[in-house]
Amino acid sequence: MTTLFFAVLVTLLVIFAGFKYRRRNEKEVGDAVSGNMALEIGWTVIPLIIAIVIFAWGAVLYVNYRITPKDTLDIYVIGKQWMWKLQQPNGRKEINELHLPVNQDVKLILGSEDVIHNFYVPAFRVKMDVVPGRYNTMWFRPTKTGKYHFFCSQYCGTNHAVMGGWVTVMDPAEYATWLSGEAGAVNPVSAGEKLFSQLACVTCHLANGTGRAPSLNGVYGGKVLLADGSIVVADEAYIRESILQPKAKIVAGYQPVMPTFQGLVTEEQILNLTAYIKSLQSQPVPAKGAGIALPTAGKK
Amino acid sequence: MHRTGTLYGQFKTLEQQKDTATLGMWIFLVTEVMFFGGIMLAYTINRHTYFHAFAMGSNTLSLGLGATNTLVLLASSFTMAMGVWSAQTGKKTLISIFLILTILLGFVFFGIKYVEYAQKFHHHLVPGKSFDIGYCAHNPSKCEDVDVKELKEEGERLEEAQKADPDLQAHAQLYFSAYFGMTGLHALHMVIGAGLLLWLLKDSVAGKFTAEWNNPVDIVGLYWHFVDIVWIYLFPLLYLIDRHK
Amino acid sequence: MSTHETVPEPKFPEKHYLNAEYGIRSWLLTTDHKRIAMLYLAAVTFFFFIGGFFAMMIRLHLMTPNGYLLTPDQYNRMFTMHGVTMVFFFLIPSIPAILGNFLIPIMVGAKDLAFPKINLLSWYIYIIGGLFTMWSMINGGLDTGWTFYTPLSTVYSNSAVAPAVIGVFITGFSSILTGLNFLVTVHTMRAPGMTWFRLPLFVWAHYATSLVMVLGTPVIAITLALAGMERLFGLGFFNPAMGGDPILFQHLFWFYSHPAVYIMILPAMGVISELIPTFARKQLFGYHFVAAASLAIAVIGFLVWTHHMFLTGQSTYAAVAFSFLTFVVAIPSAIKVFNWTATLFGGSISFDTPMLYAFGFLGLFLIGGLTGLFLGCLGIDMNIHDTYFVVAHFHYIMVGGAVMGYLGGLHFWWPKITGRMYPEWLARIAAFTLFIGFNFTFFPQFLLGVMGMPRRYHMYPPEFQIYNVMSTAGASILAVGYLLPMIYLTWAAFYGKVAGENPWPATGLEWKTQSPPLTENFEVTPVVTWEAYDFRNRPDLGLDVPGGSGPRIVAPAHGDD
Repeated sequence: MTTLFFAVLVTLLVIFAGFKYRRRNEKEVGDAVSGNMALEIGWTVIPLIIAIVIFAWGAVLYVNYRITPKDTLDIYVIGKQWMWKLQQPNGRKEINELHLPVNQDVKLILGSEDVIHNFYVPAFRVKMDVVPGRYNTMWFRPTKTGKYHFFCSQYCGTNHAVMGGWVTVMDPAEYATWLSGEAGAVNPVSAGEKLFSQLACVTCHLANGTGRAPSLNGVYGGKVLLADGSIVVADEAYIRESILQPKAKIVAGYQPVMPTFQGLVTEEQILNLTAYIKSLQSQPVPAKGAGIALPTAGKK
Repeated sequence: MHRTGTLYGQFKTLEQQKDTATLGMWIFLVTEVMFFGGIMLAYTINRHTYFHAFAMGSNTLSLGLGATNTLVLLASSFTMAMGVWSAQTGKKTLISIFLILTILLGFVFFGIKYVEYAQKFHHHLVPGKSFDIGYCAHNPSKCEDVDVKELKEEGERLEEAQKADPDLQAHAQLYFSAYFGMTGLHALHMVIGAGLLLWLLKDSVAGKFTAEWNNPVDIVGLYWHFVDIVWIYLFPLLYLIDRHK
Repeated sequence: MSTHETVPEPKFPEKHYLNAEYGIRSWLLTTDHKRIAMLYLAAVTFFFFIGGFFAMMIRLHLMTPNGYLLTPDQYNRMFTMHGVTMVFFFLIPSIPAILGNFLIPIMVGAKDLAFPKINLLSWYIYIIGGLFTMWSMINGGLDTGWTFYTPLSTVYSNSAVAPAVIGVFITGFSSILTGLNFLVTVHTMRAPGMTWFRLPLFVWAHYATSLVMVLGTPVIAITLALAGMERLFGLGFFNPAMGGDPILFQHLFWFYSHPAVYIMILPAMGVISELIPTFARKQLFGYHFVAAASLAIAVIGFLVWTHHMFLTGQSTYAAVAFSFLTFVVAIPSAIKVFNWTATLFGGSISFDTPMLYAFGFLGLFLIGGLTGLFLGCLGIDMNIHDTYFVVAHFHYIMVGGAVMGYLGGLHFWWPKITGRMYPEWLARIAAFTLFIGFNFTFFPQFLLGVMGMPRRYHMYPPEFQIYNVMSTAGASILAVGYLLPMIYLTWAAFYGKVAGENPWPATGLEWKTQSPPLTENFEVTPVVTWEAYDFRNRPDLGLDVPGGSGPRIVAPAHGDD
């Protein structure tokens, strides 16, 4: 409001002066006025007072905010390039999703595995940097049920813009149910496809082979060349191991950067993911990025 | 802009030229304070947070060599000041002599610094893959240039420090980053200073400096004294952490 | 009042700084501050268009939520290189290195700056720094953001960080040497009678700017040196994996980069302080206050840097202290805006192109500055930090403020620099185009920020698309507004109407030399006996000053003539 007032005031004054004092003949000069102490003091002191008032108002709000309430639901949040791992107090983990009960003070404890990120929920008007080497906390109290976008709000590299998700605020009873188990059954392949996206597998395992991880098209059932030179068959066990202990077998030509999903996926979810990856068997294999081609007989 | 004798074309008088050049050098030295200030801030914060690692690192430095270097630089500031005095009193030959002495003392400083840096390399104290703060304490045979009693004290200090700070290696690397960063920056400035002195020497030998016109000697003197003062700060900050055992 | 006298058409001078010597060596080895200013003009304009190219790529890409034009990595490099080029290679040098270099010696009545060779050296340093940065661009560019936050820039980024860091480090010295030169020149090279309080406010503004350049730039130099060493040699001051602290980097970085924004705006304010009195033909209202305000901005500007870091988890006390200081630093700017506005009252205002830019500056700088207060207010910052609100805020100040000041100054002094006038009507059209294009580009971004769109996003949720499209549309108009002056100013330099010594007329010492000036500026050292902007006591300007210092003579009412 104050901004608008001063902006409009000065603009109007400028337009008014420009009109009233426009040059009427070529050799005209302006008046002999060059200062006025009262005005100078006036327009220094009054804006200073207004500035201090606005500062104080904002500062009080902020200082009060920084006092975290006592009984909070504590959620541990880890940001890493380029996904969020969130853990509920009972140990249940989520990726890029946060389920919360309504009308409950929630405290997020934020940590980073690599670079500086920022957890931002526009609808709640809160954000806080997530800095490697330290923990930051933020708190809020959702007052309406619904789904609210959250974003990463500190530039963190390639997929900074995709590193977000949804906060789902539910009735306390629904939250309790959610906290303890899965919702109903669905077709495993489509459930798996959904998970593949939700768990951010898709950010590295690009279908066209240009990602940090091999394309999974046509992988199931075939042979895979590993970094140590050995060859394995990509069966259900291999897929399960790759999800839970990704560093056990590294595909040739790739770096061991896949995080483990141990504790983040249930057995049912692993089955769904496996079903989905099996369904990619008939997808076109990209020329590059499906791992190093297996040596054919007679050629190097 | 044309130059008539020693007067450059944009100036009206030699007096204006002298005032201008002197003010320019002072402002430049202020920028140098801000430049060194940044790394001093990084050093201060890290020393406060990782005192044990910094104390450990500091005690691996040779007090003898560091103190000698301090005296060398103080002497060189004295010879520089004598050079300025000689210029102001019109003693042309003396100017050149004092400039040569200052340069020689500068080279002594470089020599000692070289010995210190070489020692660091041999003792695995350069930040990087082969860094090991406990190298000499654990391998006394490889560090024969260090006094046996000092090695023993170093070993004791290492044990204490490792208990107090589990990440001692990483934090000790921070100390040596500061060490090489600060002394390296200082040495670079001294090299530039030596270059300036050689340039002055060329003009001095040609007899260009008189009692009326000696401003370049004056302002290079200012620079040299500044570089000396930086060392006066560096010596206690880097060499004298927790030495009073 | 007076009958229209036939004034003879001015003649183009025979000898001047542009034809004093010919050949590429006479330009590349010049120590004439005016020629060096022209060297800077060429180099800075080159980098402006490179930065503009990156801006165009950003806006084109952001027309659709899923970003069809660039890959994420490419987009990240675009916005980073846009920032690096514009901040370090355009905004910081533009007015000081071009207009400052050209005008300050003449304005103080000297033959050249205090250290002409160092002036030339500063240009070469700028070029070398630019070449390193372009080397980074050629090698795929930089994708860390112009703010180089660690550990992303020192450990995790896969882009050409080192050459860019080296390039910016080197260019910083160009800034330091320019500032040093200006400070010393103003202290020791003023002509007889040119007291401190007779100096044009352009000079005061550059004096304040130079204080910031000289004190602040060495800090970014050491910061980038440490970051570069971390990237190349594994030093660990800013790397948490080695016990370092990424927030230390931010403190060191912003300790310079906040005052840097005052380096970018103070010279533009200096230009406005010249334009408004000239085109209102009236002394600047509150000269002493405007001069003091410039110094106050420079000093207090060093005390607010942490307002860029309110959300890093810093102590509440620190946040409160820096927020308070942020509000305080706004006051001198407000004082200036009020003084400029007051100058208009009772003036004789003409609407030549430089004045149009000055008006544009007043409105846009005001909005930009006031929105800065939103960001400095702790209660609000949490919501709009790192969103498009910030982007809009600083573009209002940098483009709406600094660039308008730069263009207004270029137009105002073009007749002095080249001896020829630019085409007035075309220039006015360009100014309007720029103003309209600018507002269409950046006003929607305030809305985007408040709605929650974070910055540095290569894709965005679809609800943000409409304002992004509006912004891109505005940007295309803005581009025309920039291209037009590039074309007609170049044309005017060769074919424009001969300007004469003082076409406006204006009161500074620079308008008492020929256009273009002689290499040594003045044939005889001037002796100054008049106050700044004193239109009523300058008979040499040929204006009608009513006898004495009474109120203005009102034009006859209709029907009386």
